[in-house]
Amino acid sequence: MIEAHGLTKNYGKKRAVDDLSFAVRPGVVTGFLGPNGSGKSTTMRLILGLDAPNAGDVTVNGKHFREHPAPLHEVGALLEARSVHTGRSAYNHLLALAQTHGIRRRRVDELVEFVGLGEVARKRVGQFSLGMGQRLGIASALLGDPGILLLDEPANGLDPEGIHWIRNLLRDLAQEGRTVFVSSHLMSEMALMADHLIVIGRGRLVADTSVEAFVHGASKKLVRVRTPQATELRELLLGPEVTVTGGERGLLEIAGLSAEQVGTTAAAHGVVLHELTPINASLEEAFMELTRDAVEFQAETTLQELEEEEVVA
Amino acid sequence: MSASTVHAVTRVTQRRVFVSEWTKLRSVRSTRYALLAAVVLTIALAAIFSGVIVTHWLHMRPQEKAGFNPLEASLVGLNFAQLALGVLGVLVISAEYSTGMIRASFSAVPKRLPVLWAKAGVFATVTLVLMVPSALVAFFVSQSILSGQHIQIAFSHAGVARAVIGASLYLTVLSVFALGLGAIVRNTAGGIAALAGILFVLPGIMHVLPQSWNDAISPYLPSNAGQQIMSIVREPNTLAPWTGFAVFCGYTVVVMAIAAVLLVRRDT
Repeated sequence: MIEAHGLTKNYGKKRAVDDLSFAVRPGVVTGFLGPNGSGKSTTMRLILGLDAPNAGDVTVNGKHFREHPAPLHEVGALLEARSVHTGRSAYNHLLALAQTHGIRRRRVDELVEFVGLGEVARKRVGQFSLGMGQRLGIASALLGDPGILLLDEPANGLDPEGIHWIRNLLRDLAQEGRTVFVSSHLMSEMALMADHLIVIGRGRLVADTSVEAFVHGASKKLVRVRTPQATELRELLLGPEVTVTGGERGLLEIAGLSAEQVGTTAAAHGVVLHELTPINASLEEAFMELTRDAVEFQAETTLQELEEEEVVA
Repeated sequence: MSASTVHAVTRVTQRRVFVSEWTKLRSVRSTRYALLAAVVLTIALAAIFSGVIVTHWLHMRPQEKAGFNPLEASLVGLNFAQLALGVLGVLVISAEYSTGMIRASFSAVPKRLPVLWAKAGVFATVTLVLMVPSALVAFFVSQSILSGQHIQIAFSHAGVARAVIGASLYLTVLSVFALGLGAIVRNTAGGIAALAGILFVLPGIMHVLPQSWNDAISPYLPSNAGQQIMSIVREPNTLAPWTGFAVFCGYTVVVMAIAAVLLVRRDT
């Protein structure tokens, strides 16, 4: 459990995190979503006590991180900027971190294999690709068998297989009852990985909602049509770039065409329409809309509007 | 294989952080190169300088011969050793900042100070363990070369043992001094510049000051004070060997104290 209350951090005149309050709960993957520069990494550093907040407070399992006697057992962290001495081998990097807690070498061996770095563990980290660096970061986060995982952009630099691997890993870790807090600037990535979302923009909280609710409010760019001639219309619309789904009780969802195109085609062939609704926002657009320069309450209204639009439709 | 084989919960202790810092120190190349340079230069330069003196001894003028100090020939390499060890001392901590490793270190040990103490303790121990034998070898090798012209000095001669062992003690404290500077500056180039400025440049520019100022200040400069322990000839306007060494230790304590306060207070 991570709890932040009124967390605020300034760097010089710039306010990186602004009165941020949230709680990250165990048992689910919580996505931490925001554009680059919105304060995600700063928030993570504040949680770990690497930076001190100007105001507010953040605790980890009820205490400041620094007060825990075995910090690696409380929180395992993968920080966005690589935090590894490039001249040291992956194995020795993990070993040095493990030794601060008296964690055995066997655990290091295990993790090196687990993250798939067995063959390169003795190589200097400076020669690693970004993806290998991320795997090393995940191994170091897991060293202390922590109850909380804090991962800043873990999918960065991973190939599709790696992304699939980390997605399953995070899910497993959450199912074991751990608190998993993962940041990303990509909405699509979060939609696949997370159960819950904390969205920030310009250091401020924009939304704290389940992914389901978020996706429900802003699914793909679709046109929804209700017509008694569903089968006929489907045949007319289908094309290489166009997909048509649904059909029960005359309800079709069309991807790849605008509402105008659908309406024009229907009119040209005398197909009666009972409903024609563009469902406007893509996930990314909804996210960008949310995190635009807009102030907090307006952005929240936008999310509500999206949900209402869906309900009305 | 699972990500979460059950392990006993173990806490961070100062002893464990020492072990960790020893792993860190021995697992990067710069350590091996710098330590090798310190040992080799200490011994090789003593031997080379002594060899040069011995071969030229018969052609040297009487006043040159009178001014010759056989102990100095033995300790000449330590001037280079202090540069190698000083740079390494800065690097031990500045490299963590330049690579971002410091964030991993402080995520494992968020109280931070145990990391500083462990770095200083480990590096000082390594320096002492390497430099005591190196200084002794340098001494006995160079004196056996000098004995070719019967111009050697005995280890039992007054002050010689203190000077040879003291040279290693000076280098040990200097290692910690450099590490403290590195922790304050947090930048390799800046740390090395600060170290070189304080140890090597400052003593050299003192003569610009009025003589009375120079005489009053110079003995108390870190390197001047600390190096008295390596000398058996007491020159005017210098501190006594152990007094000077104590002053140098005092500077090092101050530097480490500043480093400790900043380490806890600053963002990483």
